[in-house]
Amino acid sequence: MDNLLSIVTFLPALAALILLVFLRGDDEAASRNAKWLSLIATSATFLISLFILAQFDSQNTGFQMVEQGEWLLGLQYKMGVDGISVLFVMLTTFMMPLVIAASWDVSHRVKEYMIAFLLLETLMLGVFMALDLVLFYLFFEAGLIPMFLIIGIWGGKNRIYASFKFFLYTFLGSVLMLVAMVGMFADAGTTDIEQLLVHQFGSETFSVLGVHIVGGMQTLLFLAFFASFAVKMPMWPVHTWLPDAHVQAPTAGSVVLAAILLKMGGYGFLRFSLPMFPVGADVLTPLVLWMSAIAIVYTSLVALVQEDMKKLIAYSSVAHMGYVTMGIFAGNQQGIDGAIFQMISHGFISGALFLCVGVIYDRMHTRDIDAYGGLVNRMPAYALIFMLFTMANVGLPGTSGFIGEFLTLMGIFQVNTWIAAVATSGVILSAAYALWLYRRVVMGDLIKESLKIITDMTRRERAIFAPLVIATILFGVYPAPILDTIGPSVEALVTNYQTALAAAESATQVAVNH
Amino acid sequence: MLSADLGIILPEIILAIFAMLSLLGAVYSAKDGAASLLVWVTSGLFLAIAVWIGLNGAGANVAFNGMFVDDGFARFAKIVILVSAAAVLLMSEAYMTRRGLLRFEYPLLIALSVVGMMMMVSAGDLMALYMGLELQSLSLYVVASLRRDSLKSTEAGLKYFVLGALSSGLLLYGASLVYGYAGTTLFSGIIQTAVHGDLSLGLLFGLVFLISGLAFKVSAVPFHMWTPDVYEGSPTPVTAFFATAPKVAAMGLFARVMHDAFGAAVSDWSQVIALLSVLSMFLGAIAAIGQTDIKRLMAFSSIAHMGYALMGLAAGTAFGVQAMLIYMAIYVTMNVGTFAFILSMSRDGQPVSNIASLNMYSKREPGKALAMLVLLFSLAGVPPLVGFFGKLYVLRAAYEAGLAWLAIAGVIASVIGAFYYLRIVFYMYFGQERDDALDKSRSPILWGMLMASAIIMVVGVVNLFGIEGAAAAAAATLVN
Repeated sequence: MDNLLSIVTFLPALAALILLVFLRGDDEAASRNAKWLSLIATSATFLISLFILAQFDSQNTGFQMVEQGEWLLGLQYKMGVDGISVLFVMLTTFMMPLVIAASWDVSHRVKEYMIAFLLLETLMLGVFMALDLVLFYLFFEAGLIPMFLIIGIWGGKNRIYASFKFFLYTFLGSVLMLVAMVGMFADAGTTDIEQLLVHQFGSETFSVLGVHIVGGMQTLLFLAFFASFAVKMPMWPVHTWLPDAHVQAPTAGSVVLAAILLKMGGYGFLRFSLPMFPVGADVLTPLVLWMSAIAIVYTSLVALVQEDMKKLIAYSSVAHMGYVTMGIFAGNQQGIDGAIFQMISHGFISGALFLCVGVIYDRMHTRDIDAYGGLVNRMPAYALIFMLFTMANVGLPGTSGFIGEFLTLMGIFQVNTWIAAVATSGVILSAAYALWLYRRVVMGDLIKESLKIITDMTRRERAIFAPLVIATILFGVYPAPILDTIGPSVEALVTNYQTALAAAESATQVAVNH
Repeated sequence: MLSADLGIILPEIILAIFAMLSLLGAVYSAKDGAASLLVWVTSGLFLAIAVWIGLNGAGANVAFNGMFVDDGFARFAKIVILVSAAAVLLMSEAYMTRRGLLRFEYPLLIALSVVGMMMMVSAGDLMALYMGLELQSLSLYVVASLRRDSLKSTEAGLKYFVLGALSSGLLLYGASLVYGYAGTTLFSGIIQTAVHGDLSLGLLFGLVFLISGLAFKVSAVPFHMWTPDVYEGSPTPVTAFFATAPKVAAMGLFARVMHDAFGAAVSDWSQVIALLSVLSMFLGAIAAIGQTDIKRLMAFSSIAHMGYALMGLAAGTAFGVQAMLIYMAIYVTMNVGTFAFILSMSRDGQPVSNIASLNMYSKREPGKALAMLVLLFSLAGVPPLVGFFGKLYVLRAAYEAGLAWLAIAGVIASVIGAFYYLRIVFYMYFGQERDDALDKSRSPILWGMLMASAIIMVVGVVNLFGIEGAAAAAAATLVN
């Protein structure tokens, strides 16, 4: 199969098209058909994507299964995966059937709902596979449209505000990236990511309007990309759209947002910022690292005082993404390994946590922490699962959350002890907010009248959690499959990064000596 | 010689004779009954001429000693003008008949204005330019006030006329200055005198006045004041027409004058146009936010879009012109679809243009709402829709011409502009159900235009239907 990647990418879109064109009516049967078709399509996508994993050669650090075709404006349709992206592809295809299954109770405009999620899957997969700048941008930005509709149509009370904020915030972030891409196109004469990775962008200091820009063009390009990825990630202080979007989005939307959409920022840093603008990245690394450290501590503190469960988990996501950016910009093998691992594991864990909130929200229609308490008495299975993911969120050894946090902290410790110290304190804070949340919701006596008739998880709900539980524990105990897959590619990335920095360093030295 | 000249302007002659003959015929029969038929015949003729120009045109031909230029650029623009005019004419037929607005003058005035537009994009001389411009404008002044018994429509026509006359005055003044200092009205002669660094003060003044006059026609800020009122007051089919073909013609003329007559002094006018562009983008984006009337909103939207098209022109390169042409073609396609939607908005048979009346439109007519959603996101320039590629082209042109600041300003304006397109989506999809629902539209033509336009916006991402190459060839004939 020469075009395996395209098949995986566009299969969900095809299903969406079938739903759009052939499914008529708004009755019970029609919505059941829409749900089943979506579930089948996403599951099939996952099964086919296993072939990608099977064919993938982790020792090869280049792009694999590359497809290439001419497009307009000298652009290309080029898809491919390498060690950095392949696991994100797998994460996406793995999560989507669960997301669809978790939306089984949606009753309002089911057909459109399913179409939006299927299109979203295509666009997310495209982001991780695109090997052309503009193609990447296309997928990256287009994801905003379905997500905007998902929040706006199926969201909570304040959904209008949240959807507009989500759209405009991320749109503003990424249009600057578009200008930078145009600039790269003009400079390198190509939009092929493979060629751009070996292209040297100018790094001589120049001044604009009297301001000296150290690192020259690379710094400017880095900043433009940073504007986009930092918003997407999201990094402190541009994270404020995330809690709003999470709180207002329907459960499945939150899961997709936390598990996959947030990873696009981290992926972007690894694909573009670090390898393409090493000098610019180096210049701004201290800034990024401190922003990450602040994010970890600050958002953990903010999470501590939240009244809304989803908001709490959203802030905890921002903190965890802080570890990711920290690991990435540590610029060494452990840091980047850890960052990717953390993103994958956060995909499982935060997805599961939002599903946990969804389970009780479906029953009680409130996310107020105060409205709950003592759930363990009537929902033992739920209490167990929620505890597992709370612990994983804290980073308990034996869960996948630990490996990612530990590796990123190890990576950063070699670079900057102070930041490592600040970030480590975040681990304690995360234990505080997560365990406190768990205590307030699950433990204690069941005294609230409204909770007296609450029922435990249904078989469908347990089935959704099963793969997530397995993944979280499996990769927590035995992380080798992930680390072996990404290892060689990360090693090549780190080597190139350090070489480029050394080369730029010696070039500056030569310039100074003359 | 004369026969060769006439051969070159044959399409224009045919159209003009057709308009005059049908005018005679209609006057003698004195019936509006044939108006419907005339609309169909006129659009058919437009399409036929478009096909003819597309298939037969080759090379660059000059007629009447350089007054009329028929090159790739002119042909590209003419085809866009003719096709969009035909589309709008077809859309208006049912709407106008139902409201008793359809008179036989309407298709004929449109035909005459199209002749003017074809003349504009082919002008090789200041006089030809003015002739084309006035023929187009005079016809449009009349159609703007087509609804004689409506205060708003007559007001629109009058406003358009007064301000249009003012801008014509500015343009003529500029033209006379240019003639005075260059000693010729031929573009090919002006370009000899207007060499950069050697542009005499009088010529520079003339250039600025010319630009002001042209900016009025493309409704670029600060010459945009007429646009919202005229768009709102005119009958909707006429608004749809204003938003499409005349804009292409005016942009074509703009590019023609700048490159053919002042192509040697790019740096002198590129800054002026860059300023017009950035002002238009921001004013169009910001002023549209508060609008409640969809026609007014589209007026500001078109101002913003003209800003982007001017960005391509400001680059002053062949690629810039190509970007501008592609942008205009995409813009026109989107607007035809959007106005097909607006034309179908009615309640109890009366046209409605209030945005809030679209509340929960997606519930009642999911297909049309979806098509409109696609168009709105395309207008906002969100990928993967074709509108994004239009923006990408002009951004690249501006960046490569060293106007990175303009590109950055442009993308920021596009974010602001996205807000008001999203607001329409918000009404259609997120709003509350209301009782005063809009009528279900039964017009297959409007439905077809809307769907076709939306489908083009989605499918065009594959290769833009090959207009890239055509636009590149067209631009190459203008800039050398």
